[in-house]
Amino acid sequence: MHRTRNIIGWSALALVLLAFSIWGLTHNARLFLLTVLNGLTLASLYFIVASGFTLVFGLMRNVNLAHGSLYLLGGYVGFIVAEKTGWWVLALVAGFLTAAVVGLLIQTVILRHMQGQDLRQTMVTIGLSILIADLLLWGFTAEVHQMEAPAWLKGPIRGIPIINAYSAYRMSLLVLGVAIGVALWLFLNRTRVGMMIRAGVDDRAMLAASGVNVNLVFAVTFAIGAGLAGLGGVIGAVELSMVPGEDTRFLLASLIVVIVGGMGSVAGAAIGAAMLGLAETFGLAYAPTYSVVFTFVILVAVLAFRPRGLMGRPA
Amino acid sequence: MSAAKWRRAMATGAVAPAVALPGRMQLVASSPERVRTRDGWPLALQRWIDGISAWQLAVLAGLVIFPLVVSPFITFQIGAQALALGLIALSLTFLGGYGGMVSLAQMTVAGIAGYAVAILGSSSAAEISLNWPWWLVVPCAVLIATVCAAGIAWLSVRTEGIYTIMITLAIGVAFFYLVLQNYSLFNGWQGLHKVYPPTVFGINWRDPLPIYFLTLACALASYAFISYIVRSPFGIALQGIRENPRRMESLGFNVVAHRVAAYVVAGVIAAIGGVLFVWYNGLITPGSVGTSWLINILVIAVLGGMRHPIGPFLGALIFVLLQTFAIDVIDRERFNLVIGGVFLAIVLFSPDGLLGLWSFARARLAQSRAGIARSSSVSIPSRPMSRH
Repeated sequence: MHRTRNIIGWSALALVLLAFSIWGLTHNARLFLLTVLNGLTLASLYFIVASGFTLVFGLMRNVNLAHGSLYLLGGYVGFIVAEKTGWWVLALVAGFLTAAVVGLLIQTVILRHMQGQDLRQTMVTIGLSILIADLLLWGFTAEVHQMEAPAWLKGPIRGIPIINAYSAYRMSLLVLGVAIGVALWLFLNRTRVGMMIRAGVDDRAMLAASGVNVNLVFAVTFAIGAGLAGLGGVIGAVELSMVPGEDTRFLLASLIVVIVGGMGSVAGAAIGAAMLGLAETFGLAYAPTYSVVFTFVILVAVLAFRPRGLMGRPA
Repeated sequence: MSAAKWRRAMATGAVAPAVALPGRMQLVASSPERVRTRDGWPLALQRWIDGISAWQLAVLAGLVIFPLVVSPFITFQIGAQALALGLIALSLTFLGGYGGMVSLAQMTVAGIAGYAVAILGSSSAAEISLNWPWWLVVPCAVLIATVCAAGIAWLSVRTEGIYTIMITLAIGVAFFYLVLQNYSLFNGWQGLHKVYPPTVFGINWRDPLPIYFLTLACALASYAFISYIVRSPFGIALQGIRENPRRMESLGFNVVAHRVAAYVVAGVIAAIGGVLFVWYNGLITPGSVGTSWLINILVIAVLGGMRHPIGPFLGALIFVLLQTFAIDVIDRERFNLVIGGVFLAIVLFSPDGLLGLWSFARARLAQSRAGIARSSSVSIPSRPMSRH
């Protein structure tokens, strides 16, 4: 009974999406395909940022609401490094490392001392996000900072059927997102630390009981999660530009990706990011003043039918 | 939930021991013979009157005299603003402190009420506002906001604990982006200006004294209402649910219904606060429902302390004082640094806020006095500093 209802629900959804796609393709194929590509590239940026968020949440039950601030921090640091050295790859590394170190400090200096007090930890991260956001505003002013794409990714890729040309940098985002997803998967499934993290997501107490230094695992996870936010910041600094307020946007994106995808699941983050990225760009392209409503509808629908997210499991 | 079920749960003592009740409530719950002594009064009213203490009367007297002593600027800027913000934060204190649901969307509920006032009533955007009379606008605004609060509740009570904060934050930020993007109804980033309270009985309710006493009246009514409701069977059950939802469920309480009802109660209070706040500001913009204000309400509630309905008003007073006077000491632009630092300090060192500090100081003082008197047999019941 439940199963047939599920099948009916999913096929109804698929039918609606199919009908929309056919309409979009016949109505204006170029716009439709461009929007799909834009949505997917935005999704891969969301995935990079949100996968760190979901990793930290899944393991520590700690909602790091300073995640958006770490994104912004990584972006600004990357901006400075790129300006000084002219190396985009170096900027990526610097953004990742800075955010990772700050995340490590937050975890070891503050959060470790209130283990198990979820609400208090969350409030601490809220306080930190206010502080970091204001310090960044102080240091970098409210001006828009835009980073340049590296020379080898500048300019469009030409000769694609129907769309004609598409930004090489945006296209590279797609590759980067997939690469990071695969790297994360390998890290979680093929390494010892990854195994510990997965074990911790399932049962923290049991992991500690089997002799693993849980504090160390927590610190590593938090650093990686924060680092991914910083990495996303550097990437976003080219594509979107850095300005106060972006931290909120990416915090919201991370929250929605994780709520929709399911807490602690990297695959869920990928699905959630794809849905959010597509919904947002399609909203902007086809119904500009209500685009956030689409995002909201997805959130509501998922919460109504799968309160733990699409890939979520009971904690 | 039938009355018989309530009574059974109360009588078996299944609720009381599991609940960390504030002092006075424990007294009421544990000594039923005390409330039966006086006849003629409804039990609830009698309990409520018993609950009024000397310091509460002193504060009330101070609040009434306050605007007569200070300048109109202080009455308006500090008094009215702190009371309006305190009202919104009170709704969060009720939800978070008594229901265990920390919702970041309370400012959103208040903002919805504010936008409703601006859209249904009059504002600078003539093509949007409907110019209804105020006696129709205010109830409609409160109703709309309360319905939205129930909707938020329906979404967020499906999950628990820390998820609540995430979902309510997501809802709040989504509403912010909606009002920012939408011009046909919310007038985009400009928002709606010139949203003033009406002139009724020949009084302009935006003058410092009238708006102060209006917010004071609403604040007192809400304070009394919350004080009453947390001691009612509903409030006791809610606190039981905060402590252990599974146990309450097995006792036959409908956990989801209680939680949604708590959101609705909080929604009404936040909506009233929102109407007053928009009247105080005279405008509503996306900035009023942006992330920083969502968080400011949490800061206010946590700053004062979530264990007593006076906490949010205390927190709001400190917040407004900092906002008004800290800019003289430091750069105006760095207000967020101050408020973030204060919030962090409170969360790190006194999770129960200023009220927690106060009870801690009192316990220490009593302890040292007891030490002087060398009465080592007296043990001071010290409240644990952290509940979480």
